[in-house]
Amino acid sequence: MIEGVGLNHFLILSGVVFFLGMYGFLSRRNMITLLMSLELMLNAVNINFVAFNAYLNNDFLQGHFFALFIIGVAAAEAALAIAIIVLLYRKFNSINIEKSNTMKH
Amino acid sequence: MESIFFYLLALVILVFSFLTISSKNILRTAVYLLFVLCATAGIYFMMNYNFLAAVQLTVYAGGIVVLIIFSILLTHQINTRLELASLKKRLIAAVISFISAATFFWALSKTTWPDTNGGVADTSLNNIGLQLMNFGPNGYVLPFEVISILLLASMVAAIIIAKKFSHD
Repeated sequence: MIEGVGLNHFLILSGVVFFLGMYGFLSRRNMITLLMSLELMLNAVNINFVAFNAYLNNDFLQGHFFALFIIGVAAAEAALAIAIIVLLYRKFNSINIEKSNTMKH
Repeated sequence: MESIFFYLLALVILVFSFLTISSKNILRTAVYLLFVLCATAGIYFMMNYNFLAAVQLTVYAGGIVVLIIFSILLTHQINTRLELASLKKRLIAAVISFISAATFFWALSKTTWPDTNGGVADTSLNNIGLQLMNFGPNGYVLPFEVISILLLASMVAAIIIAKKFSHD
């Protein structure tokens, strides 16, 4: 924990970043920027886990390990998502999510 | 003194995450995301979570952002401006996230946390390695194995996705 900084300051920081990421995820139309907003949200969640671990339950390292596993899952998800995005770009010649709607028709 | 650095890093995170979701140039968006992730690693360093900060720097800043920049270069002319969603959709998105954020901060203002138990977590690499390989209480060998299988599966899936296209 950091001297002179309360737990609430961490939570406010991660909350603001999370909801900024949420707005980006809902308002952007480009698949790669959607992925970046998702990384922003996961990053905010990690800050949250680490802050709770350091302030409330610092005998063990649960928050630390959950943050580690979230980073691992985020890496796997980013690799797969980018493979799919490159494939869609070759097929539709665009990575706008509103243009890849073949299953709707 | 330490708190000043924390607020500085928090300011960097907030400003660059706002720029990440508002910038119109896609390559710049990726670079702003890189700044956010590096500043987060700085916060982990300040809290003495050195291993997590190193992982954050290598996997997030070194791996994922480079992957994203590669995919930008594969799918875009760099100079194209990002088109925005229609005003109505952006308004709906803003309202939804504002309501969620208001709920979150309202709940946060109503909650009082118990006092910290004053201990300092043992974040030495030795302890982390022992807990990661331990199957007793406070051992994390099962999620560790699950993550390794997940990474293997996603690697195989990425290869299959890339290969399928070259045949048809």
